[in-house]
Amino acid sequence: MTLTLIMAVLLGVAMVLLALMATRGKRSLGISILSAGLVSLLASVMYLLLAAPDVAMTEAAIGSGLTTFLFFFVLGRVRRGEHD
Amino acid sequence: MIKRLTLILLLAGLGSIFASLTLNYVGDQDLNLTASYYAEHTAKDIGAANIVTAIIVTYRGLDTLGEVTVLFLTAAIVGLVLAQEKSTRELPQRKLPPAGELLITGTRLLLPLILLFGAYVFIHGHLTPGGGFQGGAIVASAILLLLLSHPLQRFSHGLIAVLESVSGVAFVVIGVLGILLAGGFLDNRILPIGTFGDLFSAGAIPIIYSLIGLKVGAEFSSMLVSLSETEEL
Repeated sequence: MTLTLIMAVLLGVAMVLLALMATRGKRSLGISILSAGLVSLLASVMYLLLAAPDVAMTEAAIGSGLTTFLFFFVLGRVRRGEHD
Repeated sequence: MIKRLTLILLLAGLGSIFASLTLNYVGDQDLNLTASYYAEHTAKDIGAANIVTAIIVTYRGLDTLGEVTVLFLTAAIVGLVLAQEKSTRELPQRKLPPAGELLITGTRLLLPLILLFGAYVFIHGHLTPGGGFQGGAIVASAILLLLLSHPLQRFSHGLIAVLESVSGVAFVVIGVLGILLAGGFLDNRILPIGTFGDLFSAGAIPIIYSLIGLKVGAEFSSMLVSLSETEEL
């Protein structure tokens, strides 16, 4: 019980830090997209801790998988447009 | 200055609300009326090992039909908007940089495994966590990998559309059969319930969830394919 609580708190802190990095990070758009995907991945672990494996699977497949790839896809498109 | 002060006040207010919510939270000691009904009757009536699936597909099947319809509308609107964009400005095919060797080889290795896993997830929806929506998203991620590694390849929109409409119509037909042969719309007892825990058990749930998985996979794939085929935005 306490172990789960400690893990949940650590996950929450990591998620907040990653979300800050995604929104306020000044390094590059790629790193922002990656940290947004990591927030989703950690959220799916959090759902697993809360005993909701179905929701965790949806979050992992759509939130961290498809959305991250879609952002990178669009980013690549936009970059290619800039070079023309 | 005033802006920052308002922000701090807002944060403090939100913090105090959430803190009071968290500190006063006491977990329920036993299930409430609806939850205990589902927990007691699922194994006996529905025959599904995964109670979440029994609720999604049978007890609340109509809501699932609504969800699938919303997803269908989204896919249709994405297709409509992007197709108009494409037809008004027919531009010559631009030269795309080829995908890397690593991506192509990795796709060859991983694609069958991902497709198999997606099919496993939606066929075993009544036994293990997951189901049609999750399996469909996994299948669509396999299609996304294919799109990334072979950017010039064209997918058949007709095949995706046929797959999507056939599974949607079959889903509704099974639901109507439930009215005629069993207790109501989307009742799963039109097929024998079978042994608890077998792959072919829980009546029509494996069939319905496979149809939902195919439909969701086709919808996500059609969105991704339309997005990747727009050359200029």
